[in-house]
Amino acid sequence: MSGHMNLTLKVWRQKNTQTPGKFVTYKAENISPDMSFLEMLDVVNESLTRKNEEPIYFDHDCREGICGSCSLYINGHPHGPKKAITTCQLHMRTFSDGETITIEPWRSAAFPIVKDLATDRSAFDRIQQAGGYVSINTGGVPDANVIPIPKVIADEAFNSATCIGCGACVAACKNASAMLFTSAKITQLGLLPQGQPERYSRVQAMVAQMDQEGFGNCTNTGACEAECPKEITLNNIAFMNNDFFSAKLFREEHAHDHTGGE
Amino acid sequence: MSLDAKIPQGPLAEKWSKHKFNLKLVNPSNKRKYDIIVVGTGLAGASAAASLAELGYNVKSFCFQDSPRRAHSIAAQGGINAAKNYQNDGDSVYRLFYDTIKGGDYRAREGNVYRLAEVSVNIIDQCVAQGVPFAREYGGLLDNRSFGGSQVSRTFYARGQTGQQLLLGAYSALNRQIHLGKVKMYTRTEMLDVVVVDGHAKGIVTRNLKTGEIETHAGHAVLLATGGYGNVFYLSTNAIGSNVTAAWRAHKRGAYFANPCYTQIHPTCIPVTGDHQSKLTLMSESLRNDGRVWAPKTVETAQKLQKKEIAASDVKEEDRDYFLERKYPSFGNLVPRDVASRNAKEMSDEGKGVGTTGLAVYLDFAEAIQRLGEDTVRAKYGNLFDMYLQITDENPYKQPMRIYPAVHYTMGGLWVDYNLSTNLPGLYAMGECNFSDHGANRLGASALMQGLSDGYFVIPYTLGDYLATIGPKKVDTSHPAFEQTKQDVIAYNNKLLSLKGNKTVVEYHRELGHIMWEYCGMARTEEGLTKAKALIKELKADFWKNAIVTGENEEVNAALERAGRVADFIELGELMVTDALTRRESCGGHFRLESQTEEGEALRDDENFAFVSAWEFTGENEEEVLHKEELIFENVKLTQRSYK
Ligand SMILES: Cc1cc2nc3c(=O)[nH]c(=O)nc-3n(C[C@H](O)[C@H](O)[C@H](O)COP(=O)(O)OP(=O)(O)OC[C@H]3O[C@@H](n4cnc5c(N)ncnc54)[C@H](O)[C@@H]3O)c2cc1C
Ligand code: SF4
Ligand code: FES
Repeated sequence: MSGHMNLTLKVWRQKNTQTPGKFVTYKAENISPDMSFLEMLDVVNESLTRKNEEPIYFDHDCREGICGSCSLYINGHPHGPKKAITTCQLHMRTFSDGETITIEPWRSAAFPIVKDLATDRSAFDRIQQAGGYVSINTGGVPDANVIPIPKVIADEAFNSATCIGCGACVAACKNASAMLFTSAKITQLGLLPQGQPERYSRVQAMVAQMDQEGFGNCTNTGACEAECPKEITLNNIAFMNNDFFSAKLFREEHAHDHTGGE
Repeated sequence: MSLDAKIPQGPLAEKWSKHKFNLKLVNPSNKRKYDIIVVGTGLAGASAAASLAELGYNVKSFCFQDSPRRAHSIAAQGGINAAKNYQNDGDSVYRLFYDTIKGGDYRAREGNVYRLAEVSVNIIDQCVAQGVPFAREYGGLLDNRSFGGSQVSRTFYARGQTGQQLLLGAYSALNRQIHLGKVKMYTRTEMLDVVVVDGHAKGIVTRNLKTGEIETHAGHAVLLATGGYGNVFYLSTNAIGSNVTAAWRAHKRGAYFANPCYTQIHPTCIPVTGDHQSKLTLMSESLRNDGRVWAPKTVETAQKLQKKEIAASDVKEEDRDYFLERKYPSFGNLVPRDVASRNAKEMSDEGKGVGTTGLAVYLDFAEAIQRLGEDTVRAKYGNLFDMYLQITDENPYKQPMRIYPAVHYTMGGLWVDYNLSTNLPGLYAMGECNFSDHGANRLGASALMQGLSDGYFVIPYTLGDYLATIGPKKVDTSHPAFEQTKQDVIAYNNKLLSLKGNKTVVEYHRELGHIMWEYCGMARTEEGLTKAKALIKELKADFWKNAIVTGENEEVNAALERAGRVADFIELGELMVTDALTRRESCGGHFRLESQTEEGEALRDDENFAFVSAWEFTGENEEEVLHKEELIFENVKLTQRSYK
C-alpha cells in the first residue's frame, strides 16, 4: 500500500442559514489511502477539536452508501469524482499527495444550508408526503402472492426504488431540478399493480409539491443521471412526464388534491 | 417491584388471539383525544407511528437524522423471515418459533417468540401491499432464500437492500399520515429524557439539533423505538449516530435494562485497517456457503504475511489451517455466527492472524472459482466482491478476502412485558431497543421481522389497553415535572459544555470500545470482566475531567451530541460488564471461559441461568440491582447445541 498523503482542503464554512459563509483552508496531514473521505474529515476535525476550534459539520450516518445522509460537493462533483458511489464510499486512494480538494455543500435554493456542509433537504420529504405511497392501512390486505408480478416489472420497479434521497441530482443540475428524485418514486409505484389506483393523482400531487418547493425545471442535460450514486436513469423522468401529461389530458377527474383516500 | 411478563395463560398457539380479545379497546371516537409520542423512525418506530395514526390517535414522531427515511434500519441487507411456507418445504409458524427459540440458545420467552412467528406472515402481506419490491421468480411469485440456523427457505429479500425497501415502505405509510395531519414529524430532534408524572411516563424532553432549543412534549404514552447500542464497542456495523441515549435516560428514570451483555458479533466483516477507522462493514453471511476460512499453521508464516514478505498464494496447501473444517467436520464453514467468530479471534490471539494488523483470517474463494468458474461466483456474490474491492483495494477473485468479526446487533435492551410495556407504566419499547425476542443470540433475518411485528401488529393492540385504563383526560406540559426534567437536561448539557480538557470525546469512545471488545466481547472471564469494570470507572472519571466539548448549546453542535452519547455509552458499558460478571455460563453470542465442555465448546447452565436479567438503576455511581425473570419452557426441550 502506498504511503500517507498531505492534502490541502478548501472547505465551505457557514455558521448557520442566516450568516454568509466562506471558504477556509485546512491542511489534512498524514492521511492514509485506506481512509474513506469522511474518515479524512474526522482526522481534520479531531485536530480542530484539540485546538478548541469548531469542527467542520457535515451530515453522515451509515457510512456505507445507503442512508443518503452524506452529501458533499467535492471538486465540482456531488459525491466526488467516482461514478456510482456516495461520499462515504469514496476512499482517499482516489486522490494524490499534495492535491488541493474543494469541498462545498449542495447548492440549491430549495436546500438551505443548515451549517457548513449540511443542507436542509426536507423539501424531499414533503414531495414524498404529497403522494409517494399507496393509500392502505395496516391489516386487512390480501395475501402477498395473490397478485403475481412479472419479474421484469418487479426488477424495474426495484431499480427505481433504490433512490436514497441524497439530493445529488439536484446539486448536479444547473437548474436545481428534482425531477430524477421525484420520478423515481412515481415510476416505482406506477409500474407496480399496487400503485395503479392512485397513479394519476399521485403524479400530479408530487409534481405540484416539487414546483412549490422551488426546484427548477428539467432541460434534459442529464447531469443528474451521470452523478446519481444509485444510477437512477432518465427513463424515470420520461415515465413521469408521460403519466403527468396523460393525467392532465385525459384524467382531469383524478386531479383532485391527494387526500390519501381517508 | 416484581417482574410480571404478563404472558397469557393457555396453549401456545392461542395465547395471542386470546390476549387480543381480552385487551380493553379505546372507543373509535375517543382515539383522537389521545396523544402518543413515538421516538424513532426505523422499522419499529415508523410502522408504529403510521399504524397508530391510522387508528385515529394523534402521533408525534421524532428522529435525530434530517429525515425519517435515514434511520439505521435502512442498512439491513440480507432479508426478513416469515413462515409463509410458499416453498412448500415444511415451514410453519411452529417451525419458525422453534428455530428462533433454539437459535437464541433458550434465553427468550416462548410466548413472545411464538407471537412473532405468528404475525410474520402478515408483515409480508402488508409490505407487498405498500409496493415494496421484493425479489420475485419468473412466474411472478415471491422468491425466498435460506439463512443460517434453519433448514427451510423462508427469507424474503430485496437484493442486498431488504432493510432499505422495508423502511421506505414504512416511511411511505408514515408520510401519508403526516400529509393527513395525524402525525407531526420532528426531524433533527434528539430525545434526552423521559418525564415521569406520578409514576407514569407522560412526556419527553428534546433538543432541537438545529437551534439547540430544549423543549418538552406531553403525551398519554411514550414509545421508544430508538435502535440498538452496538456502538458501545466504538467500532460496529451500526451507523455512526446509533446510540443508547434514549433508552439509557429512560433507564435512569426507572425503566429496567434487560440482558445488557447479550451482543451479537458477526463473523464476516471487513477488518480494521487502522486507528482512523470509524465503522466496520458487513460482508453477508451467505459468503460462507462457498468461501473457505483459513489461517496459516504457524506464527512465523503469519508474521511474514503481516509484513507482506509473502502473499497468501505463497502459503502452501499443507501450511494452511482450515480451522472450521478441522474442528467442526459436519458443519464446516457453516457453523453459526458465534462459533465462527470465536474461532477467528482465537487464531488471531494465537498470533496466526493475517493482514498488517494481524487481526484477520482468510475467506478464500479459490476452490469455489475453480469448481464453479469465475462467472458463477460473480453472479452469486458480485456486489459483495465489488464492495470489498472498493473498501480494501484488493481483488477477492485473485486473492482471499480478509475477514474479522465485528459487533453487529444487541439482543439486550429495555425490559418489556408481553405488551411491550416497560416496568414504567406508559413507557413502551419496540424494535432493537427492547430485549424481547432473540434470547442470547439472534438468527439472521429476524430483527427486521421483530421491528415490524412490534410496530404494525403488536403495539396497535396492546397500547389501547393501557390508554383505555388511564382515560382520555388531556395531558399537557404544565405539570412541574416537565419544567424540572427540562432543567435537569439543561444542567447536564451545560456540564458537558464546560469540559475544556485535553482529550477528544472520540478518543474516549475509542478507548471504551477497546475495553469492551477486549473483556466483554466474544470470550469473557471473571478476571477480565473485573478488570474492565475498574477501567471503565477510571475512564468515566477521566471523561468528566479531561474531555473537550467545543461550541455552545444554541447552535448545531455535533460535539455536544457526541459527548452526551459517549457519556451514556460509558455508563452502559459498566452495566454490561456487571451483567456479564453475573452470568457465569456460556450461551448464545457470549462465551465464559470458565463454562465450557471438555471439547472447548460453550456450556450453558440451565439450572442456574434460565432467566432474564433486568437491572434497576439506583443512583449515580451506585451498583445497579438485579431482578430475575424466570424463563419457563412448556413446549420446547432445552438441549445443548453441537456443531461437531
Ligand atoms: C449492517 C446491518 C445489516 C443488517 N441486516 C439485517 C438483515 O438482513 N435482517 C435482519 O433482520 N436484521 C438485520 N440487521 C439488524 C436490523 O437492521 C436492526 O436491528 C433493525 O433495523 C433496528 O430497527 P429499529 O427500528 O429498532 O431501530 P433503527 O432503525 O436503528 O432506528 C432508530 C431510530 O431511532 C431514532 N433515535 C435514536 N435515538 C434517538 C434519540 N435519542 N432521539 C430521537 N430519535 C432517536 C433514530 O433517529 C432512528 O429513527 C442488520 C443490521 C446492520 C447493522
Ligand atoms: S435520484 Fe439519485 S441522486 Fe437523486 S436523490 Fe435519488 S439517489 Fe440521490
Ligand atoms: S453516510 Fe449514509 S450514504 Fe453516506
